[in-house]
Amino acid sequence: MKSQNIVTTTLPALSIGQTGRVVQLHTRRPVDQRLLALGLMPGMLVRLVRTAPLGDPIEVEFQNQNVSLRKAEAESVEVELLPATPPSSGA
Amino acid sequence: MDAASPQDAHSPRIALIGNPNTGKSTLFNALTGLRQRVGNYPGVTVSKKSGALILPGGVRAELIDLPGLYSLAAASLDERVVIDVLCGHLSGTPVPDAIVCVVDSTNLLRNLFLASQVAELGIPMMLVLNQVDVSRKFGVQIDTAKLSERLGGIPVVAASAWHGEGIPEVRAAIATLLEKKTRMPRIAWHACVQEALDILRSGLERAGAHPLPVPELQRVLFDTTTPVLDRIQCDAHAVERIVAAARECIRRGGFNPFAAEPVLHYERLKHVLDGVATTRTDGAHTFTQRLDRILLNRVLGTFIFFVSMTAVFASVFWLAAIPQGWIETGIGWLGNTAEKWLEGSPILQSLVTKGVIDGVGAFMSFLPQILILFFFVAVLEDSGYMARAAFLMDKLFSWCGLNGKCFVPMLSGYACAIPSVMATRTIEDPKSRLATIFIIPFMSCSARLPVYSLMIGAFLVPKIGTLNGGLVMVAMYLLGLIVAIPTAWVFTRFILKTRSQPFVLEMPRYQVPKPRDVLLRMAQSGWEFVRRAGTIIFAITIIVWALLYFPHADEVALSTKKTFVAERAKDAGKKVEEIEAILEKATREEFIAGQVKQTGKKAEEIEAALEKATREGFIEEKAKETGKAPEEIEEALEADGGDPKKNKLAAALKQHIALAAALEAHIEPAASLEKQTEAAFVEHSYLGRFGKLLQPVFDPAGFDWKITIGVLASFPAREVIVSTLGITYSLGGEADEESDDLKKAMAESVWTSGPRIGKPIFTIPVVFGIMAFFALCSQCGATLATITKEAGWRWAVASFFYMTSLAWVIAVLCYQVGNLF
Repeated sequence: MKSQNIVTTTLPALSIGQTGRVVQLHTRRPVDQRLLALGLMPGMLVRLVRTAPLGDPIEVEFQNQNVSLRKAEAESVEVELLPATPPSSGA
Repeated sequence: MDAASPQDAHSPRIALIGNPNTGKSTLFNALTGLRQRVGNYPGVTVSKKSGALILPGGVRAELIDLPGLYSLAAASLDERVVIDVLCGHLSGTPVPDAIVCVVDSTNLLRNLFLASQVAELGIPMMLVLNQVDVSRKFGVQIDTAKLSERLGGIPVVAASAWHGEGIPEVRAAIATLLEKKTRMPRIAWHACVQEALDILRSGLERAGAHPLPVPELQRVLFDTTTPVLDRIQCDAHAVERIVAAARECIRRGGFNPFAAEPVLHYERLKHVLDGVATTRTDGAHTFTQRLDRILLNRVLGTFIFFVSMTAVFASVFWLAAIPQGWIETGIGWLGNTAEKWLEGSPILQSLVTKGVIDGVGAFMSFLPQILILFFFVAVLEDSGYMARAAFLMDKLFSWCGLNGKCFVPMLSGYACAIPSVMATRTIEDPKSRLATIFIIPFMSCSARLPVYSLMIGAFLVPKIGTLNGGLVMVAMYLLGLIVAIPTAWVFTRFILKTRSQPFVLEMPRYQVPKPRDVLLRMAQSGWEFVRRAGTIIFAITIIVWALLYFPHADEVALSTKKTFVAERAKDAGKKVEEIEAILEKATREEFIAGQVKQTGKKAEEIEAALEKATREGFIEEKAKETGKAPEEIEEALEADGGDPKKNKLAAALKQHIALAAALEAHIEPAASLEKQTEAAFVEHSYLGRFGKLLQPVFDPAGFDWKITIGVLASFPAREVIVSTLGITYSLGGEADEESDDLKKAMAESVWTSGPRIGKPIFTIPVVFGIMAFFALCSQCGATLATITKEAGWRWAVASFFYMTSLAWVIAVLCYQVGNLF
């Protein structure tokens, strides 16, 4: 992986079906504590499954589990876009 | 209180812990069956579920079902309770002898995080790998022996609580655990964490803090906020400095102090699970994924959501009315029976029929709604749909500080607030939950309907038509919501100090709910309501009965009779004595005796004729006489337009019914007097006097003393207003919102004193004021009792004063503004 090709963004900014790799979490906010407990840690793959019909919250998939998050709260999760389509499940 | 025997005092206590959605409650139900008790932990409103567990060899143990949680980092009250129980901080709840940790076998890594954290407590522990049927289907193979070996030899049992698979093995393993007391080894902390803990311990010791055990030190170290800090009686600034120093030590070791705990535990668990469990081969939870594509679809999913929620609402609103009807009939029958039995003693008669029996009826009638709503709550939660409903609706609620889980309780609030307040237990976030409890009573419940119907039917429909009347009805239903939303907004932003929890919601696998779990949940909710709220509701009913009954002075009856007789005499141009003589004879018995004399028939015959003196009775009799079908008689009655002059049969019917009318006329004076006496007693009761005293408070809203008494009498239950108005307007308590007499009496009532003398009381602004008042006021003792139980009495008091003062303000506004036009 060449570092100049890596684009980082936030979790809710992924498009539907897109997978990202977690770069870092804010860690001081309660939402990140909860996500860490669920196993969302730097280096892990996370996929944006869908957004709710009203646009918020979003549903993400990581570690074989689906979790719903509010966009504002998921913003603290920084992810890097993977160059190709996800190797993980589904699509 | 079944734990009194000395053997039980020493019976081992086992705590059941686990992540949410692991089937923990199903396992609990499978292990304990019906030997369960539900209560509350002291001081908090988290329900405590425990049950008796019979182990092989007949040993009886107590199994405690703790709330589901993902981590010991306590964010919610539920999670705090788990830590407090496991550390022995709750009075009356000693540290458990052993822990059974339930894990979802399809997601071992995440589930074992909690187990690894709990291992720090050093309590003997075992694992139940639940839902193995599903993980097997997913192609996950787990070597339980190897897992046990890697976790220090603690028992590890694969089970499927839903199918009853592995339950005997779990029982046997618990017995082994109690005997061998195997513990899951603690994590080997990185040196920097060890050092940080040392810094923390010695620092706190020097600062003179209450010494903490290691697991609690860890909470202070790792969590951004923790209730443990409340227990250290020590200068907050000093603690802050010490904690910062300890965290700095972790940072020097190369870890983020707030992420170190999960990162290190997960790292450990990855090693533990390496070669123990295979990964999934099925391409993930396909069934759930496919279903979600429909149920969370923008159009279809939203549609299905509204259809299912309509079904829930319709069931609570209408379906519950059927068993409620039975209960009312039963209570009514009981009341009539008691009334006859206790004829000799008027006080006792009134106490038993209007106090005790109505009091029981008052809370019994809520049971169908509670059972039905909790049936749906259990099905929605156990199936996994509740999380989807919250996902779909969250946006609508998040801006005013609530979340998607508030939808179901708020919706059912439109049927009845009591089960809805109970159903807020499904909202994990304490802030949203409290705010929801606070606004649910504003939802226009079914008990408000009679008030709206009466007011709209009597005063608005004649003036503005049925259609506009219907629109006003809709507006009344919206009024509660219009008030509730800003209330929630202000409440969550400025009043509730607790921090809102992040909305991180696991979307569990779809699953068929287990009937036993659903039934148990319904039964427990119903029983808890009866046990805890029922007594309060009962007491309120008795108190209000007493306030409406006493002093019940004889002079009131005498003076009412005097006025009545004088008025009648004047109207009829007769002497007072004549009227009194008529009153004497105005009984059913006298009427029958009179008929016997007139017609020469036997008293029994007259009695029988009276029984049947209805159209139905007539048709039935004619059918029997002629051997024709009732339909044929019906048809014959309709011939010639049903005109008694042309149709003989119709003429006979007229005569037949005339008997009942004659009886009615005969007993009318006495019945009227009785109703007027009843009204006078209410007027002169303590509550009546208080209502008259309080009338000036409601005067700015244009309420006279009769409305004020009605308002006061309906504080325990707002639907009482209609029958109270019936009594005060001398029409008897049987008058309902359809009663034309009541509507007429109200429309004709005028002010008898003051500046508005001679003017009608029920003007349009007053009518709107009354409806708004009843829409917003806290007039339901059962709701307040339920709030007390769910959130504490302070919230009940706050709810009462907030709602009542708001209702008053709006009612006054209606009157004052309405009178400007």
